[in-house]
Amino acid sequence: MSTAVLPYTVEPHPITRLYSGKLGIWLFLASEVMLFGALFSSYVLLRVGAPVAGPAAWPAHAETGLSWKIGGFNTLVLIISSVTMVMAWAALKTHNIGRAKAYLATTVFLALVFIVVKLTLEYIPKIQAGHTPSHNNFFALYFTLTGLHALHIIGGIIVITYFIGPGSALWKTDPEYFTNRVECTGLYWHFVDLVWIFLFPVLYLT
Amino acid sequence: MSLKAFHILFIVISSILCAGFGAWAVNEYLHFGDAATLAWGLGSFIFVALLLVYGRWFLKKLSGLNGW
Repeated sequence: MSTAVLPYTVEPHPITRLYSGKLGIWLFLASEVMLFGALFSSYVLLRVGAPVAGPAAWPAHAETGLSWKIGGFNTLVLIISSVTMVMAWAALKTHNIGRAKAYLATTVFLALVFIVVKLTLEYIPKIQAGHTPSHNNFFALYFTLTGLHALHIIGGIIVITYFIGPGSALWKTDPEYFTNRVECTGLYWHFVDLVWIFLFPVLYLT
Repeated sequence: MSLKAFHILFIVISSILCAGFGAWAVNEYLHFGDAATLAWGLGSFIFVALLLVYGRWFLKKLSGLNGW
């Protein structure tokens, strides 16, 4: 029985000039752009189309109860987590797996801070105040956009934790392949953080 | 696009966001006079400067690494 070997996991493909993982993650991110793009479009259309007055009117910022201070803090946390993520990849490039793991662990910690702040200071108080997705269009979109984003953060936490733990065994047998996997995770993480960079002003400042 | 290039793009976009946020916070302060809002605005401008210094350092530090 022959063993199947994945082609172009380290060296770039001669036509695309990308290794397979990078091509795959960019295709995935392209689909993500469409997903979040559709939701952002929904936000714009519903907001522009909302009546000026009456029960269906778009709520004023003060009525939403969203704190830009909490949103700003979480923005800062995610920007720093992107720095630690890219530093983990750079550490692998210089063959320092210990430092890379420390940076990855810091990224996971910052991601957990983001999720805990989101849950305890935003979601739970909002739901307790009756501001559930069924309250109005704003909260329907707020929970859909930020909830989907939070799910992506949780997905990133799982993948990065895997690379700190059992996934790092690949480093011993094929360090370049492992480095490429961390680079793909970093591309995903940057995309998720970039989505938040657009979400923050749209939801918290307008 | 590699992670290095995407990171630079991310830093540029983050800097624009922080500068915009700083301008928004200063504008809020001028309208409502809340000192904490002004502090956030000024902090945001300082963060923009830090991001730009970091971006320059990052480019210099990682110029030897392949994968651009």
